[in-house]
Amino acid sequence: MSSLIHARGLTKRFGSLIAVDGIDFDVRKGEAFGFLGPNGAGKSSTMRMIGCVSPVTAGTLRVLDLDPAQDGSRIRARLGVVPQLDTLDNELTVRENLVIYGRYFGLSRKGLRARADELLDFVQLLERANDQVESLSGGMKRRLTIARSLVNDPEVMLLDEPTTGLDPQARHVVWDRLFRLKQQGVTLVLTTHYMDEAEQLCDRLVIMDQGRIAEGGSPSELIRRLSTREVVELRFRGETPAVEPTVFDGQVARIEVLPDRVLLYTEDGDALVPVAHELLKPQSVLVRRSTLEDVFLHLTGRTLID
Amino acid sequence: MNAALRPYEHWVASYRRVWRGSVVSSVLNPVLYLTALGVGLGKLVNHGAHPLGVSYVAFVAPGMLAGAAMNIAAFESTWPVMAAIRWTRVYHAMLATPLRIRDVMVGHQLYFASRVATSCGAYLAVLAAFGALRSWYAVFALPVAVLVGAAFSAPLAAFAAWVPKETYLSAVFRFGVVPLFLFSGTFFPVTRLPQGLRQVAYATPLWHGVDLTRHLTLGTPTWGMALVHVAYLTAFAAAGLWLADRTYERRLVR
Repeated sequence: MSSLIHARGLTKRFGSLIAVDGIDFDVRKGEAFGFLGPNGAGKSSTMRMIGCVSPVTAGTLRVLDLDPAQDGSRIRARLGVVPQLDTLDNELTVRENLVIYGRYFGLSRKGLRARADELLDFVQLLERANDQVESLSGGMKRRLTIARSLVNDPEVMLLDEPTTGLDPQARHVVWDRLFRLKQQGVTLVLTTHYMDEAEQLCDRLVIMDQGRIAEGGSPSELIRRLSTREVVELRFRGETPAVEPTVFDGQVARIEVLPDRVLLYTEDGDALVPVAHELLKPQSVLVRRSTLEDVFLHLTGRTLID
Repeated sequence: MNAALRPYEHWVASYRRVWRGSVVSSVLNPVLYLTALGVGLGKLVNHGAHPLGVSYVAFVAPGMLAGAAMNIAAFESTWPVMAAIRWTRVYHAMLATPLRIRDVMVGHQLYFASRVATSCGAYLAVLAAFGALRSWYAVFALPVAVLVGAAFSAPLAAFAAWVPKETYLSAVFRFGVVPLFLFSGTFFPVTRLPQGLRQVAYATPLWHGVDLTRHLTLGTPTWGMALVHVAYLTAFAAAGLWLADRTYERRLVR
């Protein structure tokens, strides 16, 4: 078996709305695979189809070499799901949440009690084991959701926006745990709209926009292929001037003019700075490396789509 | 069936958090009602003679028991079902596991049944203490109460899964559960109702539950009558389960 998840022409429609528009992808064993995209790009719908809670409208989907339409229950038994919205039991204690959830998988109570402590230790919540979930912070709840999704020792974890709404410390703890799971050989499939999260965690990713896959590859490969090595950001007081790439004599691959800034995409930022100063008289100049965010915004645009 | 016991465990675990309050109310409620109606109002109704053939407390007790079965079942199967779909999203957590929608639905119904069984068990004990039970047939009033509960919890869970807004749930109590509680032969015989309304009362599941329970606690059941009541209530519960299966599927599979 070469790929754990295999999709060809995968489509999801809600009435006349096409949420996922015929996408192809393969997730290999042991990798961290990301779906990147703006809100409404079809990431969550794709995840829900993989998680066998949302039927496929058209196309092929195989998960763990099984067909979600036929074997949904058997597939779900081998998945760990971290949904976008927490579905914890607020009235129950932290430990009870794990035990009860494990019972959904038909695991024995006795085994679950030991497993619960092990998992709580892993997500650094052991000392809160007997507290009610309601009293936990957002980051703790997220960690508990991750611990809960591991109760059945899953082969694949599906994480839908695992760190949305968390503060930076909490995000780093979550990333650290996910990274350890990956090292243990768990396949991670995640959605995010945080570029740093994608760069941190994903071996490979696809960028989705309006239900389709716009691009795919490893983060560094995407940056190499779809952006320049560096970006020169020019800030202006008042109006930003209109500029054409031609004035830079082939040094600039692409120019983006924003209300407050002009972005010059170039291979060598430092060499460009004096030229830019002379030509455009900016208020300030910043040279930085291209990031996944540049790729992302280039592909999906800067305008809000609501 | 085995798989449906797993979500059932979840509801039992949640119940353990609130069981004290619930035990108090399931004993206190019948005590208050019986004191007010059986002893207080009963004095006026009985008025020397027994116009109903028995003392008022013996008449009203089985009505209240069946009514309690309906009230508990109705309450448990409305807001908690909507919450599990929309607010706490407990059903969604369950469905990310090997559990299927039917397991989730049936598991919750099992919990409603056990809530009705335990509360009505306590209710029955209080009625006995008040001397309101006239026959050993009264022990069968407990399974009947569970059946009455199912005749409400199944269709109401279907309803709660189907409706788009919480206000529909208040409406079902205001225009369904409360009138049924008052006019299904609970506090006075339906023969006192005007002809048209009487036919309505005969069609509601609560009247069947009240009438059957009353014959049991008074020790006057007949096989034919009992069979009709049980069949009617079972049909209601079965139709409700069928509907719940469909509305859960529609609401939870997107």
